[in-house]
This record gives sequence, C-alpha cells and structure tokens, in this order.
Amino acid sequence: MKLLTARDEREALRLYKRYPEALPLAGGTDLMVGWNTGRLNGKTILDLSRLKDWARIRETPMGVWIGALATHTAIRVHPAVKSRFPLLAESSETIGGRQIQNQGTLGGNIANASPAGDTFPALAVYEAKIHTVSDAGRRVVPFSEIFAGVKQTTLQKGELIEGVELTTPSTEPCRQGFRKVGTRAAQAISKTVFAGLLWLNKDRTVDDIRLALGSVATSVRRLEHIETSLTGQKLDPKAITRALNLLSRDIHPIDDIRSTRDYRMLVSRNLITSFLNAR
Amino acid sequence: MQVKINNKNRSFNGTPFKRLIDVLREDFGLTGTKEGCSEGECGACTVLLDGKPVNSCLISICQVEGAAIETVESLGLPEKLHPLQESFLREGGAQCGICTPGMLMTAAAYLKAGGDPSPDAIREELAGNLCRCTGYQHIINSVAKALSENKK
Repeated sequence: MKLLTARDEREALRLYKRYPEALPLAGGTDLMVGWNTGRLNGKTILDLSRLKDWARIRETPMGVWIGALATHTAIRVHPAVKSRFPLLAESSETIGGRQIQNQGTLGGNIANASPAGDTFPALAVYEAKIHTVSDAGRRVVPFSEIFAGVKQTTLQKGELIEGVELTTPSTEPCRQGFRKVGTRAAQAISKTVFAGLLWLNKDRTVDDIRLALGSVATSVRRLEHIETSLTGQKLDPKAITRALNLLSRDIHPIDDIRSTRDYRMLVSRNLITSFLNAR
Repeated sequence: MQVKINNKNRSFNGTPFKRLIDVLREDFGLTGTKEGCSEGECGACTVLLDGKPVNSCLISICQVEGAAIETVESLGLPEKLHPLQESFLREGGAQCGICTPGMLMTAAAYLKAGGDPSPDAIREELAGNLCRCTGYQHIINSVAKALSENKK
C-alpha cells in the first residue's frame, strides 16, 4: 500500500493527476472496511484529511454550500441545512450510528456511489449540483448525472468532488417528506429510502412534484413517470392509483441480501402513497 | 507525527496508515479499546476524536494528526470511577464486557453534551454500539441513571 498525503488542494490535484489510480480517502468509513478485509493491499491511497477548507458548510444567497469533507453530523446539525433542506438533515441522521456520522463525509458518500446511499434521494429532489475540481479545472455536474452505475460515478480521471451546492426552490414546497426503511430503526443499510417535495396550487391541484427512491435500482431514481402523471392533477385516490401503476417504469429493484424485489416494490408504493396522502 | 492521547502529547513514528485502534493498543498499550466487527457496525472500538465518538477501526493514524483522542482509560480510576462506570456497575450494564468500553465512550460524549435522558433518545445515541449479552435494557438504565444524576 502506498500512501499519498496532500497538504492542500493544489497538492491533492497534482498528486491525483500523477496517480490517477489512487483511491481518495475522505472520512474513510467505507474505504477502511475494504482495507480491513485486505481488498486494498497494493493500492495507492490519496489522503485528503488535511484539506480543512473542504469541510466547510456555509449559507449562500441562493441556498447552502456543503464542502465535500463536511461530516454527516455537521450537516444534520447545521441550522441553514435544517431549515432550508430538512430532508438532507434528516437523511444524514439515518446514516449508520453516531460514530459513522461523525467521521463519514457527504463527498465520500457520493463518490462511493452505493445504490443505497441514504442522502441521495434528498440530493435528487433538491436537484443538487456537484462541484468537481481537477488539475484541468472545475466542473458542475447535476446530481442526476453523477452516477454511472453501482459504485460508479461519472467523475473523470484526476477529478475530485469539491462540494455540493443546494439551491433553495423559488417557492417553498408545501410538503417535504423523507423516510428510510431498514431492518433496524437506526444503524441499518436501507432496503428502500424515499424523499419527496410537493407544491400544490390554490385549487389543490399539483403544481410541481419531485419524488426519488434509493436502493431500488443501480443508483437513486427520480420517479419521472409518476411525477409527470400527477402534475396538474388533484391528489385524489384515482390519480394516485393511476400514477402508482407507472412505478415499475421508474424503479427496478432486485432480490439481494437485504431484501427482495417484491418487498421493495410494495414498500416503495406504500412510501409514495403515505407521502401523497399526508396532511 | 503528534497526537494527543488521553490528554498527553504523544509522538508516533510508525507506518502512517496504521489503524488508530492498533496504534492505541500496540504502540501505547491502551488495550481497553476492543475490536469487534472491523466494519463500523458494532462500535466496540469507539473512542472520542476531538470529543466526538468514532470507530477507531475505521480511521488510519494519518487522518488524526494533531487531534485529541480519548479512550476508556481516560474515564476514571479504580479508586475514583467516572459517573458512567459507577452506574454501569450499579445497574448491571456490563456482562461479558467486550462492548462496554465503546458503550462508555459513546455515552460519555452524550453525557458531556448534556443529552436527553429519555430511553428513546439514549437508544438512538447508542445505536452504533452493539451488545450481544444484556439485551440493552441494563445499559440504557445505566446511561439514564448517570444522565439524570448529572442533571441534579
């Protein structure tokens, strides 16, 4: 194992350019599990823990900036995140136990690209922008384009996640919902994880709706068919049933060690229904 | 590299990717910290990093340069126990003892933060610490007792 230690951003980018095969080390809560099982023997690791600026969270005129190395704890207790992006604060609280929340980072969570990433449905409905940086320059990637598949991102060679930009929606949603379903109430990897935003018009028809589910496809999914079907409709049982019939177009759950396809389909239906029927 | 362990400045010159738990146990003889699952599920290896509970089996020493680490050895002495050690003794919060150092450290951070002594809040706070003996009730009682006595 070869360890590269970056003292600052410039050095990190220079080292990553020279060693594009290196694995960036943020909090390490996933990477170190691989190390403990011997999977990382012979690999090169790029330690980013000295990039203190990348751990900042700050309120901006448009929303919130969350540095890639901000921990889940820092996110879940941050007043601006709690008030403006409550679903992200709530989802950060469901990741692992306190020990993981104190060490794991949002940038690491995204770069790790697990299909079960607990923050991802919230980032999807808030339409987060991922800021990346490499020796060649900076890019902004819409959250919907950051994943290429299971454990794969669209990050390019030598490119690191610098931070996440969240923009407050122009009108406040009248309903926001987050729900994670796992084997235990806490410290569990999700079987299904849901986030939703809803805007209603004065006549109770749907002005806009954003729904997302995790652990039900290779990466988190916005439920585009369901969203389209509900937009402009009154949220009556008929419209909800019609929309839910499109669920299998939006998600593709599988049987695995944590759950089954059928259970995930059913629980996804129930999560959406309870969000749409909430008062 | 320098790291503060249990309020003493220590220097470490070994391999920079050595795990914190191994540095504590092997280089500094602090064997109170236990290794359980090695994957961040069980919390037996919990220590405080700048006052916050973390899994020492998932941190390499290079990540904590200049930081302050507290282990279970920092809590109390046989002749002067920490309030949590007292309450674990009195309420039967320890059985085989492997999870106990981790439970104590997570609870110690919670106590210091003036945590809510309700059983639900304690359960959530301790969710990252598994115990295979007690069924948790005695542990929750122990922590609740220490918290409520702290409030008095």
